[in-house]
Amino acid sequence: MAISFRSDGLNPPELSIGQKLVAINWLLVLLVVTIAGVGCLMLYSAANGDWTPWAYRHALRFGIGLTAMLTIALIDIRFWIRTAYLGYLAALLLLGAVEIMGEIGMGAQRWIDLGLFQLQPSEVMKICLVLALARYFNGLTYEEVGNPLNLIIPLLMVALPAMLVLKQPDLGTALMMIAGSGAIFFLAGVRIWKFLALIAAGVAAVPIVWQFLREYQQKRILTFLNPESDPLGSGYHILQSKIALGSGGIFGKGFLKGSQSHLNFLPEKQTDFIFTMLAEEFGMVGASCLIGLYVLVLAYGFAIAIRARSQFGRLVALGVTTTLFLYLFINVAMVMGLIPVVGVPLPMISYGGTAMLTMMIGLGLLLGVSVHRDVRIARAGVEED
Amino acid sequence: MLKASEQDVQKVFTRRALVLAGGKLALIGALGARLYYLQVVEADRYELLSRGNQFNLELLPPVRGRILDRNGVALADNQDNFRVEIVREQTDDVAATLSALRSIIEVPDWDVRRVLKDVKRKRAFVPVTVVENLTREEIARVAVNAPYLPGIRIEVGRSRRYPFADTAVHITGYVAAVSESELTGDPVLELPDFRIGKSGIEKLHDLGMRGTAGRRQVEVNALGRIIRKLPGEDGEPGRDVKLTLDINLQRYATERLSRGNAERLPTEDPRAQLALAQAEPAMRDLYADRQTVLVDAEGKVIEAESGSAVVMDVHTGELRALASAPGYDPNPFNRGLSAKDWEELLTNPRGPLNNKAVSGQYPPGSTFKMLVMLAALESGLAGPDTKFFCPGHLTLGDTRFHCWSRYGHGWLDMKQSIAQSCDVYYYELAKRIGIDRISSIAKRFGLGELTGVDIPGERRGLVPSREWKLATTGVPWQMGETLVAAIGQGFNLATPLQLALMTARLVNGGKAVVPHIEFPNGPPEAAEDMAVDTRHLEAVRVAMSEVVNGPRGTARKIQGSPDDVKIGGKTGTAQVRRITMADRASGAYKEEKPWRFRDHALFVGFGPVEAPRYAVAVVVEHGGGGSSMAAPIGADVLREALRIDPPGPTASGESGAPTPERQDG
Repeated sequence: MAISFRSDGLNPPELSIGQKLVAINWLLVLLVVTIAGVGCLMLYSAANGDWTPWAYRHALRFGIGLTAMLTIALIDIRFWIRTAYLGYLAALLLLGAVEIMGEIGMGAQRWIDLGLFQLQPSEVMKICLVLALARYFNGLTYEEVGNPLNLIIPLLMVALPAMLVLKQPDLGTALMMIAGSGAIFFLAGVRIWKFLALIAAGVAAVPIVWQFLREYQQKRILTFLNPESDPLGSGYHILQSKIALGSGGIFGKGFLKGSQSHLNFLPEKQTDFIFTMLAEEFGMVGASCLIGLYVLVLAYGFAIAIRARSQFGRLVALGVTTTLFLYLFINVAMVMGLIPVVGVPLPMISYGGTAMLTMMIGLGLLLGVSVHRDVRIARAGVEED
Repeated sequence: MLKASEQDVQKVFTRRALVLAGGKLALIGALGARLYYLQVVEADRYELLSRGNQFNLELLPPVRGRILDRNGVALADNQDNFRVEIVREQTDDVAATLSALRSIIEVPDWDVRRVLKDVKRKRAFVPVTVVENLTREEIARVAVNAPYLPGIRIEVGRSRRYPFADTAVHITGYVAAVSESELTGDPVLELPDFRIGKSGIEKLHDLGMRGTAGRRQVEVNALGRIIRKLPGEDGEPGRDVKLTLDINLQRYATERLSRGNAERLPTEDPRAQLALAQAEPAMRDLYADRQTVLVDAEGKVIEAESGSAVVMDVHTGELRALASAPGYDPNPFNRGLSAKDWEELLTNPRGPLNNKAVSGQYPPGSTFKMLVMLAALESGLAGPDTKFFCPGHLTLGDTRFHCWSRYGHGWLDMKQSIAQSCDVYYYELAKRIGIDRISSIAKRFGLGELTGVDIPGERRGLVPSREWKLATTGVPWQMGETLVAAIGQGFNLATPLQLALMTARLVNGGKAVVPHIEFPNGPPEAAEDMAVDTRHLEAVRVAMSEVVNGPRGTARKIQGSPDDVKIGGKTGTAQVRRITMADRASGAYKEEKPWRFRDHALFVGFGPVEAPRYAVAVVVEHGGGGSSMAAPIGADVLREALRIDPPGPTASGESGAPTPERQDG
């Protein structure tokens, strides 16, 4: 019964709901709430000091996300390994379905309306893919991972949704899926040379892929490479974002005083460019603090992963952590003009439910891994004895 | 075994997790570095760009200085220009608002079409002008109905106004929109309704009259909509320019000049109707929209005379009137003249765009004779009593030089020669003293050189001399040319202003006054003395008086009644085309010639005779004879000038140092 009763090779006894609640890493929850709180404040500012239309709904969504996160954290981790493939298949079907619907319907609607949220199958897939890959690699020995034949199935698992998402076309999500999965492959023990070979092949494939990119995607990349070439066209967003960031300086222009944001020079300030607005109003100090909060969450993710006893738990923990990192990095690097504008939001800060919900579910899983860190899971996903 | 493999997996995981963490940390470090670069290293640059985004400099156009006459009457001022604008975003239906507006004030169809088009093209918050130049009454009607006119607003701009229209246009000039080539980089010039001086005083004093623009920063959003106006520096209104001109005299002179010897009748007058009925179609067209008609003594409709009349204060050089006819209305230039109207002004044979007072050059004709007389007196080669016999012509070599009087004047002394304007007398004088003395005196009295008047576009006229002729034509001077020059013909050219100046210098005691039109700030500087013997000048003055007041004077018809102010003067008739021997034989030169071949009529005068105060010069282009056409105009204008501002202690304050011979009169 006692938690202290533990020995290698033995599963601890089942925890009660109360014990699980106690075992939840509340500091991590507090961090997440803080980040969402910052999000609310920024959305309040984005609406020129008004809780409507964004901040209020953001808080509401976060409340739902928080409930989902805590609920998921309490669910036994073995439930997730059992349902991992099922969930993946369901997500894949949904993705295929909206793809077909998107083709049929004139408007490219890639989401299903759930009232307060829009269910975007590609977002669901981000989590399901992590779970499915974690399940696949769970229990594989280092030698087995070294066998190239064993990599065919997980590669297909990544390739199928990635292709569907690319076709939408949603380059950002596809890249996130590929990069996130790559991290899981790497952590699972796939040999380094295979990554190098893949990167080499990837570089060789760039000219071919270029042909398949849509014109606007090509243009975005070209504009990224030289934003000043077209300051009133595609480069406008990046340029204005950089002006907003740079003019914020060290301490910022003050809450509600970001001229770039409030005079609408900054595009999409409530969604993709919300980090810019924060950096304009609170300067480098504020921006660094926010990044610091995220880094703390990431650090928790690593700590939880390393302390988990099952490979599934470890891979899920770092899979989720990596997803969060990718959101953060791509979004912030994009608004700073380090990478092209790909349309990735900043989770829990940007307005829009989907990314937040994805991340809350993911963080719920992360907390779950933490709560169930001592559960050992055999290869088949059943309890080891 | 299972355990061992699991430990392997865990070891690999942990190692690689650390690598991954390191990688992520490095990337986040890159974000931090980028943040530092943008927000610290480049902060100043982006701060500047951000301010540039946020604020636009708005220029408030300064109020242009006015042009005033000597009594403070505005010849050019700024008028509130009420206009009605529509803002698309403030109305649900632009067309409905416009039709509501049309039930209140008149809006032409094409304006409605233009507004509907413009409204679509411009951004929703940008106002589009519907109608301009509304009366206060119309504006009041719009204002009262404002609740029923969503999106309509009333704005006040300023536009230049010339209340006297064409009366003083050649002096004031006009303003018009800035052309491409006039842009200097001064942003105020790029304001859509900024106007700059294009001619006359408006051009000469343009910079001073512009003033300085106020500057105000306005906060704008990404669409250019003004969010907030910040206080800024106020501009300075332009400087007013006060002129020595008297607009009442100017108006009188212009009208008197235009009317010539005709009578101005209202169009509905039966005589006017009769005259119009008999007139040529072209003449009827000319008067189609006019309210008055010029009818001459024979009951024929005539076109207004063209020419110039100048009134100058002989002691100070102040210009009291500087009429040039015909004129044109400078008001339309403010809005922009149509190409057709501009073309018409340019090609009009009467040259309305020309300021004939300073740029019209005419042979001075007999008005030149005083200079020859003075040159003769100054040379000592002739005196007031020098007599010549005029048989009607003088023969030099095998050329015969005619007097205007076919039968001759008989024996004449100097005074009589001026009074009767005998040509032969001056042929004889010129023969005696030579061209050099004549040119020299002419130049000293203001001919053949720029007078330096502060009006743009002045021309220098021409006083021929030996050197000039040799340099210009390569042919040496001929004696015959001296004779022709002595009666103000041949190469001689003078502007009306120069003739007025000449007259002023002849009668003011030989002071080299300089003509000017800007009202002086302080007391006038004493004019340089020309070192001419005052007795000689006196002789000239007496001779000029004889022209008007003598029994045989060429201008004795303008003597007026004994109550009228006594004036002196000299008539002149300048040939436009040489009278050939054939003309003379056939007598054809006396017949009616086409307008452009008729002689110019000239008159220079001064008054009062005893103490000259004003000089006048009148040139009526192709006006026929000096005594019949120009002299009556000159006399009327001169007497009007003396009536408006009579000489005397009360009026002497601004008219300069009294000269010894000046008396109240």
